[in-house]
Amino acid sequence: MIKRKALLAAGMTTALAAALVGCTNNNGGSGGGGGSGASKSNCTNDIKVKDVPVVTYWGWLPDTAETVDNFNESNDDVQVCWSNAGQGGDEYTKLSTSLESKSGAPDIVQIEYDWLNSFLIQGGLVDMTEHGIEDYKDNFTEGAWRDVSSGDGVYAVPVDLGPVGMWYRADIFEENGIAIPTTWDEYAAAAEQLNTATGGAVKIGNFAPNGAGQHYAFLDQAGAVPFEFDNGNPTEITINHNDDATKTVYEYWLDLVDRGLVGTDQAWTPEFSTALASGKYATAVYPVWYNAHIPDFEDPEAGAVWRAAPIPQWDAANPVQVNWGGSTLAVTTQASDAALATKVAAELYNTEERQKLGVEKGGLFLAMPEMIESDYFKDLEYEFFGGQKFNGEFFAQAAIDYEGVMFSPFSQYYYDESQRLLSEAIEGNMTAAEAADELQKSLETYATEQGFTLN
Amino acid sequence: MSTTPQLQHPVRPPTVKRGASLERKHARFGWVFLAPFAIVFLVFLVLPLVYAFWMSLHTNTLAGGEQFAGLANYVKAFTDERFLSGMVRVAAFAVVFVPLQIGLALVFALILDDIRTRLSRFTRLLIFVPYAIPGVIGALMWGFLYSPSFGPLVTVFEFLNTQAPDLLSRDSIFWSLTNIVTWQWTGYYMIIIYASLQSIDPAIYEAARIDGATKLQTALHIKVPIVASSLVLTVVFSLIGTLQFFTEPQVLAPLAGNAIDAAYTPNLYAYNLAFSYQQFNYASAISFALGLMVFLASIIFLIATRKKSGLR
Repeated sequence: MIKRKALLAAGMTTALAAALVGCTNNNGGSGGGGGSGASKSNCTNDIKVKDVPVVTYWGWLPDTAETVDNFNESNDDVQVCWSNAGQGGDEYTKLSTSLESKSGAPDIVQIEYDWLNSFLIQGGLVDMTEHGIEDYKDNFTEGAWRDVSSGDGVYAVPVDLGPVGMWYRADIFEENGIAIPTTWDEYAAAAEQLNTATGGAVKIGNFAPNGAGQHYAFLDQAGAVPFEFDNGNPTEITINHNDDATKTVYEYWLDLVDRGLVGTDQAWTPEFSTALASGKYATAVYPVWYNAHIPDFEDPEAGAVWRAAPIPQWDAANPVQVNWGGSTLAVTTQASDAALATKVAAELYNTEERQKLGVEKGGLFLAMPEMIESDYFKDLEYEFFGGQKFNGEFFAQAAIDYEGVMFSPFSQYYYDESQRLLSEAIEGNMTAAEAADELQKSLETYATEQGFTLN
Repeated sequence: MSTTPQLQHPVRPPTVKRGASLERKHARFGWVFLAPFAIVFLVFLVLPLVYAFWMSLHTNTLAGGEQFAGLANYVKAFTDERFLSGMVRVAAFAVVFVPLQIGLALVFALILDDIRTRLSRFTRLLIFVPYAIPGVIGALMWGFLYSPSFGPLVTVFEFLNTQAPDLLSRDSIFWSLTNIVTWQWTGYYMIIIYASLQSIDPAIYEAARIDGATKLQTALHIKVPIVASSLVLTVVFSLIGTLQFFTEPQVLAPLAGNAIDAAYTPNLYAYNLAFSYQQFNYASAISFALGLMVFLASIIFLIATRKKSGLR
């Protein structure tokens, strides 16, 4: 504990050191391309063609190594220098520090949809419409395109999506003679039935206090629009986090919590995985990419039978498809050749070969109708799930039907506060509606402090 | 006066001149030897501190951009409920940690000082070992031990047919953290006190024994007063460490998200402000405000104990 003081100083020092080192590079010849601070000598991959512009890229997808190699082999006028700066939060911390110190960011950076606005407002991302991104618009689903757009600008290229479905233990449902729920009413009823049939041993699912991505998708599905933010008008924001739709969603889940029908494990903890693996939970309302996680914690000998179904609906007659996760490629304002970087970002997954690498090596659900509507993709059989072809069954359509959402320009603060207040509500210190109201108040105060005008 | 002949001034003896130049030469070499340290010191400590202080005098809002703000960030810090509640929390930790750690360390040191067998040397090592484990690893390990669904406690309580307590819940996290920190630091403080005990002249014990003092009396009235200055030192270490509490809550936060929020301790708050919320300026101000509090607390403690500490 003695040396903790050093930590923040160390962060500042790193930024400062980067600034000192970076200065010399900032005005480097633009003809050479390449990052100003993210050094070209730090590539994880080998550069195949020498003496052409090099674009630096931070990414963490499992297929990135192969995809970048393939890109470099098939392009002799530009090369990608790839390195992994950590997954999600780790990378964002580095990116944010690099942006703050005006040096050290790569040309292209992988960012999840819900974080784009946070970096946009930091002045970190290039408007790609100035570099011809519109030409590529038809390559991507409409929902994904809306997620990377703000006002008249487009600030990233969509890579993959996470259309939400419901993963469930077919064996548990069958043993107890319970039908697979298709609406949230049926889901609650099934929860009750499971509880009775198993004497409380099996809960239908989990409501994680830190499940912000999931909750945001739930809010979207119920018709809530918590944030409206347009980068064309970046000092104004609309926050609407305590309307009826939001309260309906919160009340629905907290009621299930109250009645002991769902658990409240933190997401992304061994606790949650263990509970899923041991059959404590019968469903996980998670995106398509969760298919890659389930076999990791599931014991193949245990006889658990996992299958996927569409996400339950509020109104079966008017189904709404939602998204959770997936990522994009954005070009940072530190890119020395933003036009070139934009082109590379747009074309990294533009061949069938590289798309297949993404699907097979990365488990990606690409935001590209060309791929996800192809017979190849729809007919993919998932062995762990009894050969189920869930892409073709409903996920592909769910991704096409997804309309896009707007995210807050201060994601981390929003997620931390939502976790804090939902925890309070879960512990019975406030009602669901009070949690929504408190969150609204907290967000408004924060936005005002940060110089936003509330609409 | 300009005509005053130079020659009338006394001429300095050449020896003195040579000496002075030698001294200067030595001084120059001194700087050469000092330079590697001085450069590192300046670049990695002084400069970042100055830079951070400069940052703390500005504000940079998400929508408003950066501007000079004077002491506004400090005013904000000392009226910021989250910062203040974090300070209150670390103060509460200090009230528990410091006496617990130093008390245990003293007791262990006194016992080990008194019994001198091979086993005592081994015991000393055992008590010290937790300190040798990096804080992050220690916290991760305890996170596993505390786990409400697959930690070893679960097995024990299953055997007793009851539910294991949730050591990561809001109610118990304070004591769970106390346990980790005490486990980790007691051995370190024990070694400092023990080393100080070792330097006491055995003749004093001899005299005490002749005067009929029991072992307990020797410990309380002779050993403890003599090692008082080490005790003050360890308390200051412990106090500073506690006020800057960071690693353990940071590592446990993902496991105990309900109990540990982004502003659980002031240091954690500063870290999150800077690296999660991009508020580098306010984070700098919070850091300096925290530094000020730590400085004040240490000074007040040192003044209060100046008789014992040997500072006076």
